[in-house]
Amino acid sequence: MPSEPLLTFTDRGICCPRGGFFIDPWRPVDRALITHGHSDHARPGHGAYLATVAAAPVIRHRLGAIRLDTIAYGERRRIGGVTVSFHPAGHVPGSAQIRIEGAGEVWVVSGDYKTEPDTLSEPFEPVACHTFISECTFGLPVFRWQPQAAIAADLNAWWAGNAAEGRVSILGAYALGKAQRLMAAVDPAIGPILTHGAVEATTAVLRAQGITLPPTRHAGAGIDAKSHPGALVIAPPSALGTPWAARFGPASEAFASGWMALRGVRRRRGHGRGFVLSDHADWDGLNSAIRATGAERVFVTHGYTAIFRRWLEDQGYDAGIVATEYQGETADAEAESDPALPGTME
Amino acid sequence: MKRFAALFEALDRTTRTTEKVAALAAYFRDAPDPDRVWTIALLSGRRPKRAVNTTELRTWAAEAAGLPVWLAEECHPIVGDLAETIALILPAPRRTSDDTLDDWMRRLLALTGQPMDLRRQAILDAWDRLAPQDRFLFNKLITGGFRMGVSQGLMTRALAQATGVDEATLAHRLMGDWTPDRIDFDTLTGAQDPGANASKPYPFALASPLERIEALGAPAEWLAEWKWDGIRGQLVNRDGAFALWSRGEELVTDRFPDLGPLRDFLPPGCVIDAELVAWSGSAPLPFAALQKRIGRLSLPKKLLAEAPAHLLAYDLLEADGEDLRDRPLSDRRARLQALLAAMPAGLPISASPLVAFDDWDALAAARLTARDRNAEGVMLKRRASGYFVGRKRGDWWKWKLDPYTIDAVMLYAQQGAGRRATLFTDFTFAVRDGEDLVPFTKAYSGLTDAEFRQITDWVHRNTLERFGPVRRVPPDLVFELAFEGIQASPRHKSGIALRFPRMLRWRQDKPASEIDTLDTLRALLAETQPPRG
Repeated sequence: MPSEPLLTFTDRGICCPRGGFFIDPWRPVDRALITHGHSDHARPGHGAYLATVAAAPVIRHRLGAIRLDTIAYGERRRIGGVTVSFHPAGHVPGSAQIRIEGAGEVWVVSGDYKTEPDTLSEPFEPVACHTFISECTFGLPVFRWQPQAAIAADLNAWWAGNAAEGRVSILGAYALGKAQRLMAAVDPAIGPILTHGAVEATTAVLRAQGITLPPTRHAGAGIDAKSHPGALVIAPPSALGTPWAARFGPASEAFASGWMALRGVRRRRGHGRGFVLSDHADWDGLNSAIRATGAERVFVTHGYTAIFRRWLEDQGYDAGIVATEYQGETADAEAESDPALPGTME
Repeated sequence: MKRFAALFEALDRTTRTTEKVAALAAYFRDAPDPDRVWTIALLSGRRPKRAVNTTELRTWAAEAAGLPVWLAEECHPIVGDLAETIALILPAPRRTSDDTLDDWMRRLLALTGQPMDLRRQAILDAWDRLAPQDRFLFNKLITGGFRMGVSQGLMTRALAQATGVDEATLAHRLMGDWTPDRIDFDTLTGAQDPGANASKPYPFALASPLERIEALGAPAEWLAEWKWDGIRGQLVNRDGAFALWSRGEELVTDRFPDLGPLRDFLPPGCVIDAELVAWSGSAPLPFAALQKRIGRLSLPKKLLAEAPAHLLAYDLLEADGEDLRDRPLSDRRARLQALLAAMPAGLPISASPLVAFDDWDALAAARLTARDRNAEGVMLKRRASGYFVGRKRGDWWKWKLDPYTIDAVMLYAQQGAGRRATLFTDFTFAVRDGEDLVPFTKAYSGLTDAEFRQITDWVHRNTLERFGPVRRVPPDLVFELAFEGIQASPRHKSGIALRFPRMLRWRQDKPASEIDTLDTLRALLAETQPPRG
């Protein structure tokens, strides 16, 4: 009798039958292991949740009263017939890859990951395994990131230039992770940093768990271009071009995302400026991460899966695709997903 | 190249027209001379001949990047631009370069027709010396279609700011036949060298779509004429030059040798704005007849006999060597008619007839007969209007017929280019034929970005098959398509071809079982094609 694989791919998400749990499921299940707090991975309605200690506060903040158990990075825990452990994914603070060991095999589910350290997230650690399930949001050789320091220098020059002309700078960025990474990377000596409500709330949660971030001020009533000339405003992409943003007058708008590497996307979004800064691995990052696992079999998910799988097969891997219903399932209020872009969850 | 790259970056980083014009004007003031001329040439669509084809570029770039060619090919439709794709996949340059735009352009021109090895080496060498942003521009110079988000009108405005010459004069000076490697900036933009370019046309005056006819005031202030479905052109007969220019500033004289006799009968020093049509002897033939002649290298006698070229003259821009463009249209029209009446009968030119009307209702009724005449609608021009440069709202309006429409289902989807990169925007549609679905047209415009985003999501989740960049999808999404004309086409499986098809609406309310049939299209075809005599 052929034995069942350690993980199977179902219409509710990645399932571990032997352990009786799912990983980042998109429909309600009894037991969910959650890689990180982004809304396309941590969804409401599950019976029980397990996440890292550092990911838990944001998940609680977003999902309210849920049954959430926490686990430290590297801690091994027996669930059903398997042993699981969580390892840093470098995507956002608290994000994890999940390692599952059972029946003499090791599988790792990457969740979303980034190989370049960003000073806030626990740096990515490769985990040896037989089978690696890797995201490949930016799995094309056209996506190759500059070091964060170079992007920070560009950001500072843009902000300082606007401030010198008396203009506010509005920077679109996802509320969890990217927004905080940006505020930590820019030079606070240039001017005050203001935040949209969605960004401020998440920032407060992260500060409360001990992450050091520069002072920010929520841009509520009475805060505008007059009260804070030359400010940097960090807001979710969905807030750009709205009446909320109009209070800052003829501001300069920009968007920070890996998608900004493509001129067509940058032009379509109508922002003059795009900063290529992603919380996902680029082409070289994906390839080096996959190599470092030592895995022989790789399943890819999220992004240009068909192309990336063919590339991996060319490289001698046994490669497959995990279908996902993530893309376009929700366009939640914080707009972490951009339905304009294929498989874009940042 | 660095100064040019800085200009490009300044243009690309802003969506404000005033900032774009300011950046261009600054460039035209301080960039080195030959670079300025090249920039004007590139922004007015004067692209040098391609020295390297796109297959070669893709192959060499993949080699340089150490990637399989198939992967570079897969990236192209996602990025939406080959020049950009190549710039993104190439490894970091090992050297630098201070060469100017002119240096690179001349180098590229010299490559034309050279053996493949030499061209390959030159391109690889260039990539290795150019910074990533400069590489993108260099690749754009090779692949062409370089707009930089700036229209020719904006460029002319910036040039006017930089030189102090007024816009209309500049627009005229930039028309016609000049080559960037043989002219300097002052000659191009400065006082016109008399006789230097006898065949130069005037910038075309363009009409805007009519909004509210009641807003036009008294009908007596307006002239109406048929809006013919042909090729808008300008015939220049001046100082021994005889030239027919299309609206795209293309010289097309040689393609219509049947207009040759006009050279002997038109008075010297005249310029006529007209519609070029295929002629039945007394009326225009459908556009399809003219289309058969377009793009043909040779013109067999049979084709010349079947679709003889004819000019339907709208306007007289110059007579006896005098520029008439500031005179009122009613005067120009009277002179045009007098000029044509003085010529012998039987020549391939006639005045485009005016549409008589006393009130707007009468004009509306006349407009509805346009299709019977192979016209697209009517034009309204203010009697007092001058012949202005470009599209200036207020004096000239086009009032086209409502398009034909049909409900069809999407069969295939493909990603768009440029600012539509990563979005599925190019669709193939089918109508029903019994149990079958017959593909009959493609369309790629008419929906909002939000709709394209929604459809893109759907395509990602519903792809049945991939053929390179094309996805086959289940026949579920129904669209109302609009088009301007229909003709028989043995080259298409459906046997028909549409003119200007586009999406009018996404019919989310309509199931695929209720789309139109091939018979609907055939009936429309029978209705619109007069029996050929």
